[in-house]
Amino acid sequence: MDIIKVENVDFSYVSQNDNGKQISNKVLKNINIDIPEGQFLAVLGHNGCGKSTMAKLFNGLLIPQSGKVFVDGIDTADENRIFDVRQTVGMVFQNPDNQIVATIVEEDVAFALENLGVLPNEIRKRVDESLKTVGMYEYRDHAPHKLSGGQKQRVAIAGVLAMRPKCLVLDEPTAMLDPKGRKEIIKTIKMLNKDFGTTVILITHYMEEAAQADRVVVMEQGEVVLDNIPERIFSQVEFMKKIGLDVPQTIELFYELNKNGFSLNLEILDIEEQAEQLADAIKGGNYGISN
Amino acid sequence: MLRDITIGQFFPGDSPVHRMDSRLKLILNLAFLVIIFIADNYLALGISAAFVLSLYIISGISLKFIFRSLKPIMPLIIITSVLNLFLLTGEGEPIFKLGFITIYWQAIDTTAFMILRLFVLIAGMSLLTYTTSPIVLTDAIERLLSPLKYIRFPVHELAMMMTIAMRFIPTLIEETDKIVLAQKARGANFEEGNLITRIKAFIPIIVPLFVSAFKRANELALAMECRCYHGGDGRTKLRQPKLAIVDLFAFLVFLLFTIIIILTNIYF
Amino acid sequence: MGLAIELKNLSHKYSIGTPFEINAVDSVSLKINQGEFVGVIGHTGSGKSTLIQMINGLIKPSEGAVFIDGVNIYDKAVSLRDIRFKVGLVFQYSEHQLFEETVYKDIAFGPKNMGLNDNEVDKKVRYAAKIMGIDDEMLKRSPFDLSGGQMRRVALAGVIAMEPQILILDEPAAGLDPKGRRKVLELIKDYHENSGKTVLLVSHSMEDVVDYATKVLVMNKGRVFCYDDTDKVFSKAQQLQEIGLDIPQISRFALALKKYDVDLGNNIYTVKKAVQGVLNLTTNKEKL
Repeated sequence: MDIIKVENVDFSYVSQNDNGKQISNKVLKNINIDIPEGQFLAVLGHNGCGKSTMAKLFNGLLIPQSGKVFVDGIDTADENRIFDVRQTVGMVFQNPDNQIVATIVEEDVAFALENLGVLPNEIRKRVDESLKTVGMYEYRDHAPHKLSGGQKQRVAIAGVLAMRPKCLVLDEPTAMLDPKGRKEIIKTIKMLNKDFGTTVILITHYMEEAAQADRVVVMEQGEVVLDNIPERIFSQVEFMKKIGLDVPQTIELFYELNKNGFSLNLEILDIEEQAEQLADAIKGGNYGISN
Repeated sequence: MLRDITIGQFFPGDSPVHRMDSRLKLILNLAFLVIIFIADNYLALGISAAFVLSLYIISGISLKFIFRSLKPIMPLIIITSVLNLFLLTGEGEPIFKLGFITIYWQAIDTTAFMILRLFVLIAGMSLLTYTTSPIVLTDAIERLLSPLKYIRFPVHELAMMMTIAMRFIPTLIEETDKIVLAQKARGANFEEGNLITRIKAFIPIIVPLFVSAFKRANELALAMECRCYHGGDGRTKLRQPKLAIVDLFAFLVFLLFTIIIILTNIYF
Repeated sequence: MGLAIELKNLSHKYSIGTPFEINAVDSVSLKINQGEFVGVIGHTGSGKSTLIQMINGLIKPSEGAVFIDGVNIYDKAVSLRDIRFKVGLVFQYSEHQLFEETVYKDIAFGPKNMGLNDNEVDKKVRYAAKIMGIDDEMLKRSPFDLSGGQMRRVALAGVIAMEPQILILDEPAAGLDPKGRRKVLELIKDYHENSGKTVLLVSHSMEDVVDYATKVLVMNKGRVFCYDDTDKVFSKAQQLQEIGLDIPQISRFALALKKYDVDLGNNIYTVKKAVQGVLNLTTNKEKL
């Protein structure tokens, strides 16, 4: 079952110029994506490639001008069911500071449930449960501004989890964090995906994060240019470099060595397997000799 | 620097004063204000002071915070005291006379009484913010004002704004700190020059701060929308205040205090 | 080569006299030569931010002294404002400091504060704009209409325009996408090569600095963990991992290879070096 279906979607931002003329800026062109339930999908691309706009289509923050987006079978353009859509697809943004509403951690996690009119006992239960899931339960009565970046972002995730969404969309959740915070967040979302079966859509420009997903969609100038398992994405070294994205350093090494007569498999991402492969190649003399 | 400023300082605790229902606390606080202005003799004020002092002790708030709460209003107290002393006249002979300055005994008496009254008042009322977290206080205000929503007064919106303000004040203070340092690193000078240059010197701080505040507001609105925020209609609350024994007890104590003050007013 | 920066027994404590007393920087002594490109590495709380702010006079040290060009900057006769023109500091997310109507005016803020005349200010603005790849058209635009990467470059130009002897950058590439990252780092590298000025680049990420830095300073718990040539620092890759620092993926790969008795050498921290290492190994084997 697909939790999100995007069908032939175009999206343009319309603004007025100084002469009062309407300018339309097309940021998404003919997007088609089906996301099965339980998948960990990474969307990779530069700033301005349309990936954040796409994220906002996933929970009805934006409605496409043409084409359709379905969330768990519901058309996001159906205004009557917008809260169902938002409960199904939870969103986490880049700056953790700007998505925490309350002055106490647990009050913030309760925010969505209070909006939905959930009864106090049930709110309490779900708040505790969400905070425990992200490992922030001990901080439930702390002030958010005193937490580290990674902790704040985990509170933001808990605030969305409280709605028990089937799908979590995270728009560059680690861009403002230090390496420690980044690891905390990636660990948390992988755990949500593995242990709770939550569908995860991670929008990022860090290739090392995308490499951990089940599937990677690469966007460039409003279009999906690659859609595959990470192994088959990062092996396309030339293409990735051409559009200015990174590939893992080891893949780059293998790519360079292959130019020098090696025939190494680029479709491996695990560093131990890569080491074994290269060691075998060197020891076995299993490489061509340049010149 | 700026980081040291705290607004509505709250000291978490588990004393009976902390545990009291915040709505009752707020109402009694206002009642206290009225009573202190009713009290018209030194004995009544003395009893009130003792009452406030014992509340501090019960709530476990260090007594030095009494003085801290008085600090911001010190200039006001000093100015009004001086004006009172010199301007008030009384019956009989002035006790001090030098040039155009004359001081009467009655002026001293009135001034001293005013100072004492203000001290007791501020110390007592500060106890509210010392023992109640801002969010609980906002909640109390929202609940107490909730009947007003029938006359279309935006009670929920007001409370929401207060919550967001409290949430973002520390963030914006931190941000101001950073911008000040960044502009200082570019040679900005905030300490020298005449008034106009000094005011101008703040533009490089104010503009980035506004830009950032607008950006934050935008992103926050989006995040709130994602979490199904749609105003106050049909909203529930995590915290459900319930009146408990401690509230009944607090109410009785306060009633007793009120009666004593009224009695002293009548008999002294 | 003379000394650009000398730190003598430098310490900074927060919340002195309370139970929360923290030694943010703990007796750091260090000499940095003129013209060096130093990568400063350490995780959050390692004291690196406090250290750089003490070097340009924004935070007063609790103990010790900072010498810039042989002058003790905390000497009473020295104006800290003058020091700040000499030691340019670019903060993290520096685009948050932009405030003027045009990019040109914003870059001119620093030079104007130096008390220069319009002509000299103009020269400095154009000099800095050129270094940061800002063209005349962009100079006329509002800084708030630019992309994140462009704003960052404008902010950097605003500090470079003061032509500081020493340029310190705190995470200049943080939050940018790979394209923007590479561009900013390349421009800084070119600036260093062409101007010959001292550059300190602070980062969480080794990968940002290893391609460019001549030396690496590793901070840990407020102390200097090591300060040495980049090659030598990386020969301690394992120790760096032990204090919780991320080393480049390629260095981890080189360590993993050792388990298979393939030794590329101790200073593998760029892909280029790894390629060279593998090729050396295979061609040598050929000769055997």
